[in-house]
Amino acid sequence: MDLLTRVLFTLLGLFIILNWGLLMTAIMRKLTARVGKRVGIRWYQPWINLVKLYSNRNSISHGVMFQLGPVFRLLGGVGLVMFMPLIYGSELFTNFSFAGDLVIILYIKFFGMLGMALGAGEGGHPYSAIGVSRGLSQVTTVELPFTLAVIALAVQYNTLSITEIVAAQQGGILNWTLFTNPVATAAALLSMLGIFMHSPFDLHKAPNEIPIGPPTEYHSSYLGILRTNAAILHVIEAVLFMNLFFGGATSWPMLIVKTFLIYFISVFVGVVFPRFRIEQSVRWFLQVPLILGIVAIILIL
Amino acid sequence: MQDIVDKIRSRYDVSEVTEQRENLTFVTVEKDQVVPLLMQMRDQEGFSHFVLLTAVDWIEEGVFQLTYILNHPGKKVDLGIRAHINREHASMESAHHLWQQVATYQRELKEMFGIDFPGSPRVDEEFFLEGWDHTPPMRREFDTKKFSEQTYFPRPGSKSYDPREYMKQKLYCDDYEEEQ
Amino acid sequence: MAQDNNPQHNDEKKIQETREKFLKDYNKKREVESPDGQKIEVEPMKDYFSQQRPQRKDPHKGVIEKFLNWARSESIWVLGFGTGCGSIEIPPLSSPRFDMYRFGVAMRPTPRQSSAMIISGYLSVKTLKRAIRSYEQMMQPKFVMALGSCTINGGMYWDSYNTINRLDHYMPVDVYVAGCMPRPEALLAGFNQLKKRIREGRAEGANQYADHFDWYKANQKKIIKDWNMPDYNW
Repeated sequence: MDLLTRVLFTLLGLFIILNWGLLMTAIMRKLTARVGKRVGIRWYQPWINLVKLYSNRNSISHGVMFQLGPVFRLLGGVGLVMFMPLIYGSELFTNFSFAGDLVIILYIKFFGMLGMALGAGEGGHPYSAIGVSRGLSQVTTVELPFTLAVIALAVQYNTLSITEIVAAQQGGILNWTLFTNPVATAAALLSMLGIFMHSPFDLHKAPNEIPIGPPTEYHSSYLGILRTNAAILHVIEAVLFMNLFFGGATSWPMLIVKTFLIYFISVFVGVVFPRFRIEQSVRWFLQVPLILGIVAIILIL
Repeated sequence: MQDIVDKIRSRYDVSEVTEQRENLTFVTVEKDQVVPLLMQMRDQEGFSHFVLLTAVDWIEEGVFQLTYILNHPGKKVDLGIRAHINREHASMESAHHLWQQVATYQRELKEMFGIDFPGSPRVDEEFFLEGWDHTPPMRREFDTKKFSEQTYFPRPGSKSYDPREYMKQKLYCDDYEEEQ
Repeated sequence: MAQDNNPQHNDEKKIQETREKFLKDYNKKREVESPDGQKIEVEPMKDYFSQQRPQRKDPHKGVIEKFLNWARSESIWVLGFGTGCGSIEIPPLSSPRFDMYRFGVAMRPTPRQSSAMIISGYLSVKTLKRAIRSYEQMMQPKFVMALGSCTINGGMYWDSYNTINRLDHYMPVDVYVAGCMPRPEALLAGFNQLKKRIREGRAEGANQYADHFDWYKANQKKIIKDWNMPDYNW
């Protein structure tokens, strides 16, 4: 298969993921609204918001890094899509995955966050700085149990390729990592709550704590890029969990159902539990999830 | 309450005593006796809580009436101490050393009435009007309607009625006709 | 020395003087020492703030603008800026009973991200200054909705020494919602009116503000005495 087809199908996958992400965001907003006995937004609201943001007539800049911040963030999302095998068994939608893609995905996941921190810092708003410091401290502690779980998986399957991890889980539901390595799955799923940044762990970007956190100064198309990226990230991180723990997907409908259910876990938790303060959430991640992650490593050795 | 008023009478020039309620009495004393009286009330009689300081503009008599209200947390009674000061170059002894929060009231009075309290902390800073350069707005010689008309672009065609007459006509028309 | 008899010059001089008077210390012209030991002269009002005037941004033509206007009207992001008694009428909009989200109306916490501003009642001079700053920081196109009779003709504060009478002398207003205070239902009706106006392409308040910038600024500076900020807050 030549490079051009590969690029084209990666872009097609990106397009599907973007739209599915926007639709999923709308559905989840709708669900949380129904929990509160409201009607909620219309299902096409995220698209309208994007059109509106991209069509704002002016935008101002605070400097080069301010402009690069959203770009880096988008690079994080698009990079994840590029190196993530989406559909198992389909040569077209394995994208640019290669033997060591697990490592690069763990790296890219953090990369966008750092770019965003630099950009928000140049925005100069004090709330951005507070949001960035809170967000980064939480993300750092979230990464710890998640990385331990991923290392346990890499040792268990003796590979750093996501495609091979998915391949090892084929042939029945009992072959999923969920059942072959429940401790690592538990550690990763708990840290997943922090990765999706839903209600208990959304202090750094909650509109009613400090106004909106890092993107305080972002507007117009900058905010449009951030929103586009958020939709992509929600799906692609769910795809990552699906590939690592829930047997991957062999077709697009399966991917859509599984990512929906995985994302639904964090929304469900978010609806039930109120927001943590930052030191509470940091402590929370350093207790049960971290211990589970260490146990997973010890068990696999 | 009566014993406290008697004590005040024995040591200060009390010109007027108004018993408003069972637990609220106003005494009017001379201007220069207010702060000593406040101090005595706080330290010896137990009126430890300072409620408020306010002013009333009696433009016809040419005085400002200052009212300090104190509260006795144990006996649950209030004591109001009144004093009259001259409207021209109005100035009063500061009482911020007795209760810290008095300074805030004094800042407000300085801005709203132009009453000076020499020595009170930050008394010359603006309190909530920003950059006000007119007569202090709560003084009665300040014509707020005229000022508003000159400054804030009144919308032409808007009418205003005397509320008393208007309500009589519209709401209580039966009584109004009888009166006529 | 010759007396300057031009009234315009005198006005400008006076404004300059008041600006000097009310400028905060950290915004005054001063000399600072760089880490290398050089002396640098800093004038924050010129160096840190943009002095540019607002620009008129012409809309697109034809179907494109119609589509964009439809998108704008269906996604109204309101700045969470409360003033006066109307600010208590806004929170119920997100409650189950009124639920503004189904109309595409949402609250945003920062002026940069919001497209509509609700002046929810009387504006004292002090609040007007903040309202103007917030309004100017919003991105074009921006819309203003004014609640209550206080913003129309002063309402019950028509003769107050410290509240403005007519909001449209200080910023362009798209929709007035009359009442004292209008209930949330009236607010929703106001949003529908605003949507209609945007779709018709008549909600060009930002351009109007840019076109008549001097008039608006003169009105604002007439009452905001301690003008210690740039003329336009980018």
